[in-house]
Amino acid sequence: MATKKQTPKTTAAAAPGWKYEPALESTDHVRFEKRYGHFIDGKFTAAKSYFGAINPATEEQLAEFGQGSAAEVDTAVKSARRGYEKYWSKLPPSERAKYLYRIARLLQEHARELAILETMNGGKPIKESRDVDLPLAAAHFFYYAGWADKLQYAFGGAQVAPLGVAGQVIPWNFPLLMAAWKIAPALACGNTVVLKAAETTPLTAMKLAEIFQEADLPPGVVNFVNGDGRTGAALVNHPDINKVAFTGSTEVGRAIQKQLAGTGKRLTLELGGKGANIIFDDAALDQAIEGIITGIFFNQGHVCCAGSRLLVQESIHDEVVRRLTHRLSTLRVGNPLDKNTDVGAINSRAQLDKIEAYLGYGVEDGAVRHAAPCPLPGRGFFVAPTFFTGVAPAHRIAADEIFGPVLSVMTFRTPEEAVAKANATPYGLSAGIWTDKGSKLFAVASQLKAGVIWGNSFNRFDATSPFGGFKESGFGREGGRQGLLPYLEVRG
Amino acid sequence: MKTPAQTNMRLTVAKTYKLFIGGAFPRTESGRSVALRNRSGEFVANASRASRKDLREAVVAARKAAEGWAGRTAYLRSQILYRAAEMMESRRESLTATLVKAHGKTAKAAEAEVSASIDRLVWYAGWCDKLTQVLGNQNPVAGPFFNMSSPEATGVVVLFAGESSPLLGLVSIVAPVICGGNAVVACSPIAHAPIVIDFAEVLATSDLPAGVVNLLTGNRDELLPTAAAHRDIDAIGAVGLSMEEQVLLEGGASATIKRVWLDADRTSSAWAVADHQSLYRITPFLEVKTSWHPMGL
Repeated sequence: MATKKQTPKTTAAAAPGWKYEPALESTDHVRFEKRYGHFIDGKFTAAKSYFGAINPATEEQLAEFGQGSAAEVDTAVKSARRGYEKYWSKLPPSERAKYLYRIARLLQEHARELAILETMNGGKPIKESRDVDLPLAAAHFFYYAGWADKLQYAFGGAQVAPLGVAGQVIPWNFPLLMAAWKIAPALACGNTVVLKAAETTPLTAMKLAEIFQEADLPPGVVNFVNGDGRTGAALVNHPDINKVAFTGSTEVGRAIQKQLAGTGKRLTLELGGKGANIIFDDAALDQAIEGIITGIFFNQGHVCCAGSRLLVQESIHDEVVRRLTHRLSTLRVGNPLDKNTDVGAINSRAQLDKIEAYLGYGVEDGAVRHAAPCPLPGRGFFVAPTFFTGVAPAHRIAADEIFGPVLSVMTFRTPEEAVAKANATPYGLSAGIWTDKGSKLFAVASQLKAGVIWGNSFNRFDATSPFGGFKESGFGREGGRQGLLPYLEVRG
Repeated sequence: MKTPAQTNMRLTVAKTYKLFIGGAFPRTESGRSVALRNRSGEFVANASRASRKDLREAVVAARKAAEGWAGRTAYLRSQILYRAAEMMESRRESLTATLVKAHGKTAKAAEAEVSASIDRLVWYAGWCDKLTQVLGNQNPVAGPFFNMSSPEATGVVVLFAGESSPLLGLVSIVAPVICGGNAVVACSPIAHAPIVIDFAEVLATSDLPAGVVNLLTGNRDELLPTAAAHRDIDAIGAVGLSMEEQVLLEGGASATIKRVWLDADRTSSAWAVADHQSLYRITPFLEVKTSWHPMGL
């Protein structure tokens, strides 16, 4: 598609004369195999065919991973069923708890290595994998460990029971954290698991498998099959799966819901979003600007709950754009292993192409592009963090989930208009509200159709805090007490 | 043949069974009616056979009512559900008579079904202002934030009642859904029309805002595909679907990621068992909203 060329508007780079020296995280103590098949029945197993996964910041291959066939998926499901019947359902819940505590501790002990590998395989800045992904992954196991022997207190008046074998498919934006979000509650509730990591980011799942071995987790309780969407389809359609949990695009979620029709399998879906970040004229602007930046540029914008639509009250639009332009000029884009890097590599060539297409659509549809003036590395998948002004709700950049560091700025006049615009999307995952007036914040929060509302904050996560969407952002919650429900049969 | 005047007899005023949409009782836009007969083959009434367009109209009415209903205080919703039980109690003889005359129940079974239906409404009425406390909670996040999760209504819910329990089977699925703050379009088999419309009259006089409950009678095979594919329905609950219908419903629902809830059909005496009134019949039609706010001076 032809796109109009437009020179991005930028302001002068900040702090002339001052430069950051590279502060690279050392990779000399990380170790991983050149080739992984799958992890089934407590052992690493060979696969019939393999594919390569790269470091998106260098485009160099890191390792090869098995392309799970239907037969390999079947072996993994059989192993999970055996693990369920032979070990996990027979263990006293307090012993299940202790395994999960052990895993949490091992994650903390291996945190540095895992953070580096997450950054090498995924492209996210090391400061994020070190300070967000790893601590949260460990916290998730630690939190759900305690539930394993307290489930009778979770839901008043109800009898609860595990479902059996869960088939789980996770995305590439938070590879280890999503594995933790899926596995910890499933195991705590007494289920066993077959999980498929995303094909671009399977490395830390294999390291997690090593941790399971180190924790002496009984064979078959957690199994990993690697592969692309075909492997995922074989997994969710396997007849001996009792539950499917999927995090990923709304498009694939829809297909899974359709495939599961009439099977009686339980399903939870955590899908896309187009979160509104609403800035009222009485907001504390310094904090709001940081919230906007965190909201859209955290993890290169590869975040389903990203605040990708900025709704600014008209009277402060120019001031917000001025400050945003300045803040954008101070963002450091580059080597994800550099501890000073704010925005790392885009996860894959395909995702970079998609983001670049949307940058073109934005200009084509008539919006004004503001790109960070930072230099981009010569190789690897990088894109300058960008926001668009003059965006109309009908523009493709305002309606579609881009899953990249691209923000659409729109305006509103009244709180009612802000709510109407925020809700005018089929998605309903997240929203942010910035105001110093508590009554306004509560009133707006109660009217927003979204599963997570950040008041004067954005992109905060915690193991105790339920996460999940309204409307086409999916159903079911992960985290917190409500995050147990998808993995339990509740009677009462 | 003698006219009533000649025999000093009074001509009975027969009731027309229409639909209940947006607080009004319209005929089906399709103009179709089906003659209902009792077990001995005598004519009971002409019932409306709702069309796909009636279903769409009812969804529009429900959408219009949904926000206002969810936005009312839980205390008020609770009182309105209780009011519906009061209205039902005051009409118990007439409801019982309908179950006997039009639906072939024994007097004893009819009375039991009406009583259980009233009690069910009272039970769910009491949940409206407790759901948030029992299902919601504060979350002790590891940081200086106030964080809480609370249940909210899913929105517009379409329900398909089963074949085997015309009144209690309907009340048992409608009550938990409106209790959670949703607006409902419930579709019953045409043969249930007399008691369904009697129940609509109960709701119409219960201070329930127009459109919060819409009741249709029709053929499921005609209405189910439309509901499954409709883009402005948030959730569908259905009782007693065949495997084929389940595939159709869940497959269609996937286009807009609708929540789908399925249950088995059962008789009125089976529905009456306390197991079939549960907090966990409300939760499939609720969403959890989690809100964060920093704490600090």
